[in-house]
Amino acid sequence: MAKNDLVFRIGGAAGDGVSSTAESFAKMSARSGLHTWTYSSYQSVIRGGHVWTQIRGSLGPVLSHGVDPDVVVALNQQSMDVHQGDVVEGGAIVYDTDGTKPDPAKLRRNVRLIGIPLRKKAQTLSPNALMRNTVALGAVVKLFDIDFRHVESAFKDIWGDKKPEIVQQNIAAAKLGAEAVGQMGGSLNLGLPYSNEAKYLMTGNEAICLGALAAGVKFLAQYPMTPASSILHWMASHGPKYGVVVKQVEDELAAMNMTVGAGFAGVRAMTATSGGGFCLMVEAIGQAGMTETPLVAVLVQRSGPSTGLPTKTEQGDLNLALGAGQGDWPRAILAPRNPEECFRQAAQAFNLAEIYQTPIILISDLYLGEGYRTVEKLDFNVPIVRGMMAADGGTAKDFMRYRITESGVSPRALPGMKGFQHVAATDEHMENSELISDVLAGLPEHVEERRKMHAKRMRKLDGLRKDTPPPELWGPKNADLTLLIWGSTWGPAHEAIIQVDETEGVKVNSLEFPTIFPFHAEQTEQLLRGAKQTLAVEGNYTGQFTRLLRAETGHKADRFYGKSDGEPFTWRDIADHILEAVA
Amino acid sequence: MKLEFEMDTYKSEIKPTWCPGCGDFAVLRALQTAIHALQLEPWNLLIVSGIGCSSNLPHFLSTYGFHAIHGRALPVAEGAKLANPELEVIVTGGDGDGYGIGVGHFIHAMRRNFDITYLVMNNQIYGLTTGQASPTSEKGMKTKSTPIEGVIENPVDPISLALASGATYVARAFSGDVKTMAELVKNGIQHHGFALIDCMSPCVTYNKINTYDFFRERVYDLQKEGHDSSDMKAAFAKAIEWPFVQRDRIPLGLFYRTEDVPTYEDLEPALKKGPPVRQPLGVENPDELLREFL
Repeated sequence: MAKNDLVFRIGGAAGDGVSSTAESFAKMSARSGLHTWTYSSYQSVIRGGHVWTQIRGSLGPVLSHGVDPDVVVALNQQSMDVHQGDVVEGGAIVYDTDGTKPDPAKLRRNVRLIGIPLRKKAQTLSPNALMRNTVALGAVVKLFDIDFRHVESAFKDIWGDKKPEIVQQNIAAAKLGAEAVGQMGGSLNLGLPYSNEAKYLMTGNEAICLGALAAGVKFLAQYPMTPASSILHWMASHGPKYGVVVKQVEDELAAMNMTVGAGFAGVRAMTATSGGGFCLMVEAIGQAGMTETPLVAVLVQRSGPSTGLPTKTEQGDLNLALGAGQGDWPRAILAPRNPEECFRQAAQAFNLAEIYQTPIILISDLYLGEGYRTVEKLDFNVPIVRGMMAADGGTAKDFMRYRITESGVSPRALPGMKGFQHVAATDEHMENSELISDVLAGLPEHVEERRKMHAKRMRKLDGLRKDTPPPELWGPKNADLTLLIWGSTWGPAHEAIIQVDETEGVKVNSLEFPTIFPFHAEQTEQLLRGAKQTLAVEGNYTGQFTRLLRAETGHKADRFYGKSDGEPFTWRDIADHILEAVA
Repeated sequence: MKLEFEMDTYKSEIKPTWCPGCGDFAVLRALQTAIHALQLEPWNLLIVSGIGCSSNLPHFLSTYGFHAIHGRALPVAEGAKLANPELEVIVTGGDGDGYGIGVGHFIHAMRRNFDITYLVMNNQIYGLTTGQASPTSEKGMKTKSTPIEGVIENPVDPISLALASGATYVARAFSGDVKTMAELVKNGIQHHGFALIDCMSPCVTYNKINTYDFFRERVYDLQKEGHDSSDMKAAFAKAIEWPFVQRDRIPLGLFYRTEDVPTYEDLEPALKKGPPVRQPLGVENPDELLREFL
């Protein structure tokens, strides 16, 4: 089978320029016309430690960061020790002869050792050898036969027109690396026919920002927290141009409460965080449910519990999202599987939030949120539906903010609208917002009032269930095994399904859930009817989704594969579990 | 001249649920008097509160209101103000709400100098939860939660805290003098920047120490004694008089005011286009936006 992809991994210490080199290479891959996917493994440290990024480029659609690399760049000995054994047969390792040594006993067959005095070569251009990683990058570009013009354009993106001398120096450094490879056997001759038609490359977090902009977001309040911070960064630099107020706040309590205030005042408002920050938001998000205030909350999961592994991925916050806040209140939880869906669901979330006047949670994770993927051109022509407003129907005179309706949705009025003044209340209240809690609770007629008001709010779940995307069955109908998956597991799971079919002839499909809640039980039961055996695959210890599925449908997954070691699923992880299940 | 809005225009149909004699009645009256004097349109007025006896206040007025969760009135108000800076935003609440559970937001709202007016009904006790120590309870005060030795912590001094945090209008009023309080509130609303009015509002049920008489015997008017409210050093000196230095004389009135500091809204780049609530939704030229990803 002809090779149709390339896999490149670079490792070093934080501060060595691993991530900028990897980002440049990802751009070059996308501009060469390859479908591209990256995964960065990094740590909670600014200098030192061990960080590495893997970039995979493919002629066809790519579904994961892949497994074993064709080329490794080891910027220090630790990187060599950790990664040298992973390089495929016939692959190559680029390293600095000055202080780094490979161990031939650990290598696969025919791995080319390309030792280059990276530091010394970089020093010929600038005394501090800052461009050591660029020399290595040039070597990699040569190994993969990537058109050198993409090197120039990537550097121009980083340093722009303002620092042409730095761009020129880096181009010179990359050429030194390429020349060195030329003298040591030349390229890998993978023979990939690059189209050189550039593809869009972005992270899941960026796609969420774009979806929010398309939907008309006007307010983001956020507190920095990995892996959600890039949402704050991107919006802070781009938002004001589109009239978006971006506020870094004192804590996540303020983030959610400001978002509530902005939503109440009538703008499309959002906040974003990871699990720890979301913990601080739970009281205030319940407040939005009670006051019927629209907002969108993005939860980009990382490894817990507590501070956990801040730079590592997991799907362990689903129970948190499902149970956030005291009491029952209506919410929807959407789980995008890829950047395109991040874009679509972010846009849709703002509609759902305003139509149902309640918080919508978008649950993603580090693997999807921070990884770069190529995407098709995004369509910004998204529908914008702002829901029922007071002026649409009744008059100011008979206006009651919390009018009991069949759908559970009451006409909304915004501060500034003459005659529709009301108080939004976090205490239980009547249709006219008067509190039940203070002097009326327990009186027989107000017991009934409370029951009716509570039921009104909860009825919104019926509408949300209808308006949220249903579960999907992907793959062959008569499969021997059905995977049960959600969120970013999508890519590696699909690749595993394709691989086991191609290599072992095993037929597997997957049932996947772009909406986690309200749960689409009926469709799920229908889709599960034909399943011979099920294997639930999710990135947590207890099977948070698997348990929800059982609670909602009674279906107990035949097998469960939970992963919570901080690393994302690879297709091989999932393929191994598939083969074990069907053996 | 006939005024557009009568005093009663600002009243809602809901009657206050406070204990007879509660200091909060005076604060409600002072606020109503101030917004009447300024003839503010009720629909452009948003009153945000937290939780506590005093935080029920928005229900008793006919303006827009948001009765938030405990301690979070300020960030809710800040979000609303950023979404629609044309709204007049007033925050009301108690000492537990603002100086206890919400004290972090209090400091940050002031350093941002939002154009928001904050009325704290400070009764130095937790009323709604039936009488525990509050962050402004005096040292030694016995309460349900400090029954043996009394309070053994120092009280928060909101006036010094406000001065140190960047509030640009800092005043203290007393429920025994509604007229002066109304004037301080009115000036606070008109002030372009963050205005704190710490309202000493006696709890007649749970605080038997800091009563109306306690204050009447001790208060004096800063302005009558020639205090220069443009002088921050002098303001600090007056702020620490009570409760830090002594408890015989309690200064009331305007400690500090400056108009020289721009508000957060003045500086926020996204607001240069006008109120976000009135901006068009969506992206006009997506290709331009997408170019950076190519």
